[in-house]
Amino acid sequence: MGKIVGLTGDETAAEVMRQINPDVLAAYPITPQTETVQRFSEFVADGEVSTEMVRVESEHSAMSACIGAAAAGARAMTATSANGLALMWEIVYIAASCRLPITMFVVNRALSAPINIHCDHSDSMGARDSGWIQIYSENCQEIYDNIIQAVHIGEDKEVLLPVMVTCDGFIISHCTERVELLEDEKVRDFVGKYKNSYPLLDVDSPVTYGPLDLFDYYFEHKRQQIEAMEKVPQIIQKVGEEFGKLSGRTYSLMEEYKTEDADLIVVAAGSTAGTVKTAVEELREEGVKAGLLKIRVFRPFPVVKICQVLREAKAVAVLDRSVSFGAQGGPIFLEVRSALFEEEKRLPVVDYIYGLGGRDISIEQIKGVYRNLQKIADMGKVKKLVDCVGLRE
Amino acid sequence: MPSLKVLSKKEDLLSSGHRLCPGCAASIIVRQVFLASEKPVVVACATGCLEVATTIYPFTAWKTPFIHCAFENAASTLSGAEAAYRSLKRQDRIDKEVNFIALGGDGGTYDIGIQALSGAMERGHNLLYICYDNEAYMNTGIQRSSASPRGAATTTSPVGRAVPEGKQKERKDLTQIMAAHNSPYVAQASPGYYNDLMKKVEKALSVQGPTFINILSPCPRGWRYDPSQTIEIAKLAVLTGFWPLYEVENGKYRITYKPKKKRKPFREWLKSQGRFKHLLKEENREIVEQLEKRVQEKEKALYALAGEEFS
Repeated sequence: MGKIVGLTGDETAAEVMRQINPDVLAAYPITPQTETVQRFSEFVADGEVSTEMVRVESEHSAMSACIGAAAAGARAMTATSANGLALMWEIVYIAASCRLPITMFVVNRALSAPINIHCDHSDSMGARDSGWIQIYSENCQEIYDNIIQAVHIGEDKEVLLPVMVTCDGFIISHCTERVELLEDEKVRDFVGKYKNSYPLLDVDSPVTYGPLDLFDYYFEHKRQQIEAMEKVPQIIQKVGEEFGKLSGRTYSLMEEYKTEDADLIVVAAGSTAGTVKTAVEELREEGVKAGLLKIRVFRPFPVVKICQVLREAKAVAVLDRSVSFGAQGGPIFLEVRSALFEEEKRLPVVDYIYGLGGRDISIEQIKGVYRNLQKIADMGKVKKLVDCVGLRE
Repeated sequence: MPSLKVLSKKEDLLSSGHRLCPGCAASIIVRQVFLASEKPVVVACATGCLEVATTIYPFTAWKTPFIHCAFENAASTLSGAEAAYRSLKRQDRIDKEVNFIALGGDGGTYDIGIQALSGAMERGHNLLYICYDNEAYMNTGIQRSSASPRGAATTTSPVGRAVPEGKQKERKDLTQIMAAHNSPYVAQASPGYYNDLMKKVEKALSVQGPTFINILSPCPRGWRYDPSQTIEIAKLAVLTGFWPLYEVENGKYRITYKPKKKRKPFREWLKSQGRFKHLLKEENREIVEQLEKRVQEKEKALYALAGEEFS
């Protein structure tokens, strides 16, 4: 039997990494991810894992070491936040382009400047075009479940792409929650052993990783990466169902919360989805047909599924915890609105930027978003396409 | 070390047909390094001449496992591969013995890659880092690096009316920086002395832990000399005291080759290459004197560290 424990988000990540027991873990500490690295170091010190832990001198080297390890034939993992992710940027792209299924736990934190250690999604959203699969977690349980699935998804021979599993810095990373753990053996059986088909360490069949690739082949290699990403939704679906059989918790590309008959739908990712759920419940009691579409997988963006869910709504609001400066709205908004462009019925969609640098968002504020949506639905037109919630004017 | 006859029969792990320039010392160095390794070699290479000229897709000149990740991270990429090796070995998932060798130019080693290199040295990975030091960013077109010697004309330290000497700053002494990492073996070598170079590689590969060899890599394009002269120039660097051959084994310094009677005047080093041509003008006489003095001071200091009398 598994067990039920109280763990913070960071501790949950460390615990599930212990169960997965990766061959190599290379990481550099950064707030608010630090406790994952510290806790994992304790597992290493106590001999609870066979992992070779590389205490690198920077995140740049963390990702570089993960690439070397994964190419060598090892299952490699890392964890980071904000500026750490920004520092490894160049290598993040290389990991995806070398088709190395590394798993990275990203504890979402605002990017500098000004320096801020609290949550927003500017770090992982900035890496949305890097070729990584991105899975956002609402709570500690999802961190646990998502990391296990991430290993399986990334290493699928049809995929071979690295996976980022995120959680909201401090809000989840430092919040103790109830987490249901599976037995170690069940987790290890589920993820199996990583087998690189072309390991660098095979000296009898030497391979060259990372050659110079100019205008005559580069484009085709990028096309292969696009195709790999196109296969990901069905693999995520399949792995989510297999995981459901194992744990009783089935996962899909996204979570629909009371959307079936909903007139007003809010789209959100991360811990805020939990707050939105409470708002939905309270509004439902008031007779408002409110619903939530929780983005779980942002890359690849599940266009078809999202349209299916939103199609029948009267108005949609996207909550974006990051800014795409100079764009028409936040990253999630741009994707959602673009996805709906081909729909026959033109659906009003608005964007609310919220929570930058860890600014809290309350149930009341979310209810305010629904009230605005109601007005938009009633009037049939949008007054302000992009607005902010919780901003001091 | 095996005889030349034996070595000549050993397979070249870097095959011919690569696209490095004629007279480039980098490929000569790599082949000397490989010949000195008895075990199979796993290579990580920094972005640079060596990498771009040997791996033009769909071709590769490497007959041994090779990974290139980026410019500044050959040391950390290889750290990961070496950590993977230890992990998989412990789990009985691999059994072969291998040597891990990182290769980087001076740009990827002295400058942009020094952090990754320093980290790998401190962590104690079992790898050998080879710097082929051609004293400038040759791959991007001969821009100055921190390894470019004072007085060298490069495309970003050109000789001009206001700056008649070319590069104004003295080069960084990376070999000493690496020695300060308390590595079990650090050395400086030249392909002009292949015996010395290969012995150093053998030594480095025979010890546990991170080792480093800095190898001067003459570049006909960047240094402005005839490609047939590469080995002569590699020797001249040693004979003029510009590039002393030495090793630091567990902290103990040893001069591995002493020019003694074969010693040549420093000015011959300057005369041999177009990058120093401007220094030979009368108005730069003082700079040349300063350069000569510095080279002597540094060489003497090195002999003192080795407890040897300078001659």
